[in-house]
Amino acid sequence: MVQKLEYLKESASQTAGPYVHIGCTPNGCGIAGVYPADLGAGMLAPQTKGERILVKGRIVDGSGTPLRDALVEIWQADAAGLYNGRGEKRGEADAGFPGWGRQPTDAATGEFRFETIKPGRVPFVDGRLMAPHITFWIVARGINIGLHTRMYFADEAQANAEDPVLLRIEHKVRLQTLIAPRSEEGGLPVYIFDIRLQGHNETIFFDI
Amino acid sequence: MSREGSFYQRDRSRHPPALTPDYKTSVLRSPRNALISLENTLSELTGPVFGHDIIGPLDNDLIRNYVHTGEPIGQRIIVYGRVLDESGRPVPDVLVEFWQANAGGRYRHKKETYLAPLDPNFGGCGRTITDADGAYRFRTIKPGAYPWPNRTNDWRPAHIHFSVFGHAFAQRLITQMYFEGDPMIWQCPIVATIPDRSAIEQLVAALDRNQTLHMDALAYKFDIVLRGRRSTLFENRLEGN
Repeated sequence: MVQKLEYLKESASQTAGPYVHIGCTPNGCGIAGVYPADLGAGMLAPQTKGERILVKGRIVDGSGTPLRDALVEIWQADAAGLYNGRGEKRGEADAGFPGWGRQPTDAATGEFRFETIKPGRVPFVDGRLMAPHITFWIVARGINIGLHTRMYFADEAQANAEDPVLLRIEHKVRLQTLIAPRSEEGGLPVYIFDIRLQGHNETIFFDI
Repeated sequence: MSREGSFYQRDRSRHPPALTPDYKTSVLRSPRNALISLENTLSELTGPVFGHDIIGPLDNDLIRNYVHTGEPIGQRIIVYGRVLDESGRPVPDVLVEFWQANAGGRYRHKKETYLAPLDPNFGGCGRTITDADGAYRFRTIKPGAYPWPNRTNDWRPAHIHFSVFGHAFAQRLITQMYFEGDPMIWQCPIVATIPDRSAIEQLVAALDRNQTLHMDALAYKFDIVLRGRRSTLFENRLEGN
């Protein structure tokens, strides 16, 4: 016998199920009057610093069918590369930008849309700068534990080429699943980040 | 001692794998490649903060937060517990959201097809923020069991969904709470996605007669454990611990 390690164990994940909207975006699913607004629905204020962008995409299953019942959360740095939250010790982030957003995928089209800003660069653990990126967390019916991934920006080719996370991915052919191409919609820069859960071009998901 | 290092590696032997064929929807929604291990960077070590000021006075009272013609039908219960990390430390000031079916097992959602009636006075959502001890509490109606389209006769045991934020995005968790003594827990394909029996038992709330509200509500205790975090000792430097 040896001494016992007195650790607790993390509670097991369970699927968010088909009705995750009731809990997380109730106003968006017809449950009005409980909360004034859905948390994370809007990320921008007039005073928010940085380049306004639209990030949109779909999450498709192994048959190519978009998920119309998923919930997507994003977490990102401000335009200066600072996080507006716990654990940020390097300085004060832009008070006009929460860095966190939450959207359902559209019940008809499966599309998610985040109006946000392009984040600045954040250092990796060894001090090298990571390329600008947005962390994604995806839950839905049929997803047993939330999926973490990252969206990088196609117009940051130089930063992407030296990103410490991207550099360590062995299968370079998969890297493009993390890089969103830039286009334009009504004068606004748009990044399209389609997430493939399974099959050809399956998106890279991280065990963090 | 500062706890600002990386998080303990997630013990995936206690979490459901992505592919669990008896839960049919997982078959086409499960990644097949190995997850890429990512050492925690600031993007995972930081997380959003929600202030207590976002919480309305009825947000943690599902019996009263959707009242239209009176109070909802069903067994009145208190659900309480603490959010802890794997070191046993409370996780204070974090947002906890919950949602559930009504007493008849019916969700207020347009995709819901179960014939049990909606309760005009039950919305089914609530939220709160943990206090300095990591404690939370809410009042609700015990949800009913309901059939769902998986195999032809699958039923979900009574359960409440929980969404929990920790102090960093790496701790983000969604799970479900079950009720002590329910035989249907052990017949459910979604529960059975969890490969470890003790991990399932950890999701079963205990009936607590000491916390009932007199002549009002039964009480169930449900503690939630988020990933633990290393001290910074030895990780980057020896000082500052």
